[in-house]
Amino acid sequence: MSAIPSQWSRVKSVLPGQQQLAQWLKQSLLSAAGIAVFVLLWQLLASQITTSLGSFPGPLQVAQQWSALVAEHKAENAREAAFYQRQLERNAASLAANPDAVITVRPYNGRPTFFSQIFTSLYTVLTGFVLASLVAIPAGIVIGLSPRLYSAFNPLIQLFKPVSPLAWLPLVTILVSALYQSEQPLFARSFLVSVFTVTLCSLWPTLLNTIVGVSNISPDLQNVSRVLRLNWLTHVRRIVLPSAVPMIFTGLRLSLGIAWMVLIAAEMLAQNPGLGKFVWDEFQNGSSDSLSRICVAVLVIGLIGYALDRLMLQLQQRVNWDKSAQLR
Amino acid sequence: MQKAHLQLSQLGISFPTPKGPFVALQNVNLEIGKGEFISLIGHSGCGKSTVLNLVAGLLQASSGGVILNQKEVNAPGPERAVVFQNHSLLPWLSVYQNVELAVKQVFRGKKSKAEMRDWIEHNLALVQMSHARDKRPAEISGGMKQRVGIARALAMQPQVLLMDEPFGALDALTRAHLQDSLMDIQAQLNNTVIMITHDVDEAVLLSDRIVMMTNGPAATIGEILQIALPRPRNRIALADCATYNHYRHEVLSFLYEKQRKVEVLAKAEPVKVTADALAGAATREKRA
Repeated sequence: MSAIPSQWSRVKSVLPGQQQLAQWLKQSLLSAAGIAVFVLLWQLLASQITTSLGSFPGPLQVAQQWSALVAEHKAENAREAAFYQRQLERNAASLAANPDAVITVRPYNGRPTFFSQIFTSLYTVLTGFVLASLVAIPAGIVIGLSPRLYSAFNPLIQLFKPVSPLAWLPLVTILVSALYQSEQPLFARSFLVSVFTVTLCSLWPTLLNTIVGVSNISPDLQNVSRVLRLNWLTHVRRIVLPSAVPMIFTGLRLSLGIAWMVLIAAEMLAQNPGLGKFVWDEFQNGSSDSLSRICVAVLVIGLIGYALDRLMLQLQQRVNWDKSAQLR
Repeated sequence: MQKAHLQLSQLGISFPTPKGPFVALQNVNLEIGKGEFISLIGHSGCGKSTVLNLVAGLLQASSGGVILNQKEVNAPGPERAVVFQNHSLLPWLSVYQNVELAVKQVFRGKKSKAEMRDWIEHNLALVQMSHARDKRPAEISGGMKQRVGIARALAMQPQVLLMDEPFGALDALTRAHLQDSLMDIQAQLNNTVIMITHDVDEAVLLSDRIVMMTNGPAATIGEILQIALPRPRNRIALADCATYNHYRHEVLSFLYEKQRKVEVLAKAEPVKVTADALAGAATREKRA
């Protein structure tokens, strides 16, 4: 008999408590209320504003354009599949007529859809972000460990940190076209320009946070390292890196946020076929649907930025040894 | 006493300040035999930790030097293992991994993997921490962390074990437990130990000799007290022992009469403590 209550208490301890449930419900309701108020205000205000492209789109028109974009994507996919199917049939037929026929498969050159543009953007931002991290973390460790290097580099870091992506972009564009000349380019120039601009702008938070994390290792742990006579590499690997991990990840999260913001601007100007170009093209297009489509892009950009931040937070919580740290 | 195992000779250190060099320590001479347990006692700021850091090699002497086994000490090394006051365990490693880091570093190429594992387990067992081997430092109590800190130092098989107020941050009961553990371990291993302490009872209970330091600046050794109590020592039996109380009295009178802190703030408290302690010692002696 006594086993049953103890079983029950074990089950209860796994389930979220009533208080937690109530707390969660309250949070969700408040979030929903906030969104509802925003949508309502948007609807009310949008109908008041008349632009050169008609009245400003409300939530309904934006939702319609979202469906339209999804439909376009599906149609484009179907067209692409059909294109390859036709090629396949034609090639099969020519092979049947003449077994020595030279077969060529031509790639499909359709317009990129909204969703393929999202993927281009994600791919570009992650390339730029990874590149920035690969530069910033090792550089931060080396600079953070040496007060002299820090004094030497700090002015430069402070100088370049606040530079806007729009200022870097022309320089990067000219440099890429001067230095990257290849008969069969592996990457499009617009892609490289966007990547390097993202790298240049998102490097700094990771660099600075790594420097701070590395230079603030507790003196006691440094003494442990000295008594054990750890060599430089072991010292960095076993003492410096783990103790700087929380700061490094804070920097990485800030960097990724900046990278995503910078990317949209870079894509607009570099004409990299991502979300930035989508917004720019719609702006230039100026049809009655353009504003709604830009609104869709704005919301999607926001959602993706949020998702990227959550992803980094998950990673941070997984990697951080200090499980008691409050991360938000 | 055997031929000096560890020798501090004419040891002194000064730190540069805007007003010229500040002499923290000067003319410290001490010879320590193998297997001897030495306590350093003195008021805060008298340079006890500085002496320890000089022996550890974490600080460089301005004059004189430290000689261990006929070799001058000029850099830190695992043969002079340090037990730090605040344990200094790496918070991202488990108890086992913390000791492992030291063992791997000291016995690389000398012990096989299995031997290293046995050696780590042995040292954890020595401080009675085998049950928590996979816990992180944040998951165990302060006393347990200090035990692991001791295990890590012992696992380096040091020629000298340096302890910087190892039990200073612990409550009285935990401290007593750890002192007993340390006496047991010392009976087995017979290490050469230098321990800094603020605690008169701890110093008398554990030490072979108590080195009492004068107040800084330019601190040096004031008196050295030989503790000729037989081992193993039992704190309860010693509480009524006249010799033990005599030693306590010696240390207390050095600290609170001869080397009374002149600072106004610090004065009131030590004097009161002395009076109580002396009164207590006196009554106990009468009973005995």
